[in-house]
Amino acid sequence: MLEAIAVLLACQLVGELIVIWADLPLPGPLIGMAIMFLGLVIYGKVPESLDNATKGLLDQLSLLFVPAGVGVMTHLTLLGEEWVPVISSLVISTLLALGVTGVMMQKLSARTDRKIKGAKNDN
Amino acid sequence: MTTNVASMWVYLSTSPLLHLTFTITSFVFARLVYRKLGRPALLNPVLITVLVIVALLTWTNTSYEAYFEGAQFVHFLLGPATVALAIPLYRQITLVKRYPFALTVSIVSGSLAAMISAVLIAKLGDVGEQTLISIAPKSATTPVAMGIAEQLGGLPSLTAVLVILTGIVGAAMGPWLLDKLQVTDSVAQGLAMGLASHGLGTGRAVFMSEVAAAFAGLAMGLNALVTAVLLPLLWHWFM
Repeated sequence: MLEAIAVLLACQLVGELIVIWADLPLPGPLIGMAIMFLGLVIYGKVPESLDNATKGLLDQLSLLFVPAGVGVMTHLTLLGEEWVPVISSLVISTLLALGVTGVMMQKLSARTDRKIKGAKNDN
Repeated sequence: MTTNVASMWVYLSTSPLLHLTFTITSFVFARLVYRKLGRPALLNPVLITVLVIVALLTWTNTSYEAYFEGAQFVHFLLGPATVALAIPLYRQITLVKRYPFALTVSIVSGSLAAMISAVLIAKLGDVGEQTLISIAPKSATTPVAMGIAEQLGGLPSLTAVLVILTGIVGAAMGPWLLDKLQVTDSVAQGLAMGLASHGLGTGRAVFMSEVAAAFAGLAMGLNALVTAVLLPLLWHWFM
C-alpha cells in the first residue's frame, strides 16, 4: 500500500519537475502517467501491491471531480451570459467526435482485418 | 441553545472536516440513487453532487474558497489518479498491436474533430476567450483537460464542469448515434465512446460489450495524450 502511494507520488513529482524544467505546455500528472507507463513496460507486468492500491483510487475516480466541478459557482454569471453557444458547441462537437471516430475505425479496422486474412490465405 | 448552535456552526464552517464530510456523503447518496434508478445518464452522480453542493453553499452564503479548504483533500487525489491511469492503459497494449494504423488515424481525427468543432461553434456564438480555451479540451479526461485549460490561461473549474457535461451527453446519446451511423463493430463503438466522452463514455461502454469497454478505456487515455500535445500547438498557431 505505502509502496504504491510512494510510486504514484514520485511519478507525479518527477512529472511536475520535468514540466517546470522543460517549460512544457502539458499537465505534470500526464508526464507522470507516461513515466509510470514506461516503468510498467520495462517491468513487464503490473505489481500486485500497485494494482490493489490503485484499484480503489480508480474506482472512485468520478468523486475526485466534485471539488473542481463545484467551482462552477464562481462562473455562474459568465455561464448565464454564454450558456447557449457553450451548450450548442458541447453537444454538436461531442456527437461529431463520436461519429468521426466510430465510422473511421470501423472502415479502417475492416481493411486491416481483410489484409490479415488475405495474408493468412496466401500462406 | 441558539447561541450553542451558532457557535458550533462557526467552528465547523471554518474546519475542513465539515466540507470534506459533506462532499463524500453527498456523493455516496447521489450514487446510491443513481444505481437504484438503473443508471439514467441525466442523474450522473457527479452532476447531482455538484448541483446539491452549489445549492447548499449558496444557501448558507459560503464562499467556494471556504468550501475548497475541506474539499482540497479529495481534489489532491486527482494527480495520483491520473498517474494510475497508466495501469489500465498498459493492460490494453496488446489490443493496440493489432490495429496500430487504424487506431492512430481514428483517434487523431476524432480528437481534432472534437477540439476544432468545439472552438469554431463557440466562436460563432461570440464566446469570450477564457471560455473558448476552457471548452477546447472538453473531450479529454477531467484532470488532463483541466491541466491544459490552466496552462493556456482558461478557467480549470469551468473546464471541469464542461468535461463532465460532455461525458453525460456522450454517454446518453452515443449508443443512439452509433446505431444511426451503422457502426456495429465493438472496437469502433468503444473507441468512439471513450474518445468523445472519456470516463463517463467508458462507463457506458461497459454495458455494450467487453471489447467496447477495453477500447473505450484505450481511447480515453490516448485522446488525453493527443489533446495535451496537439491543443497547445494548435492554439499558439491559430489563435
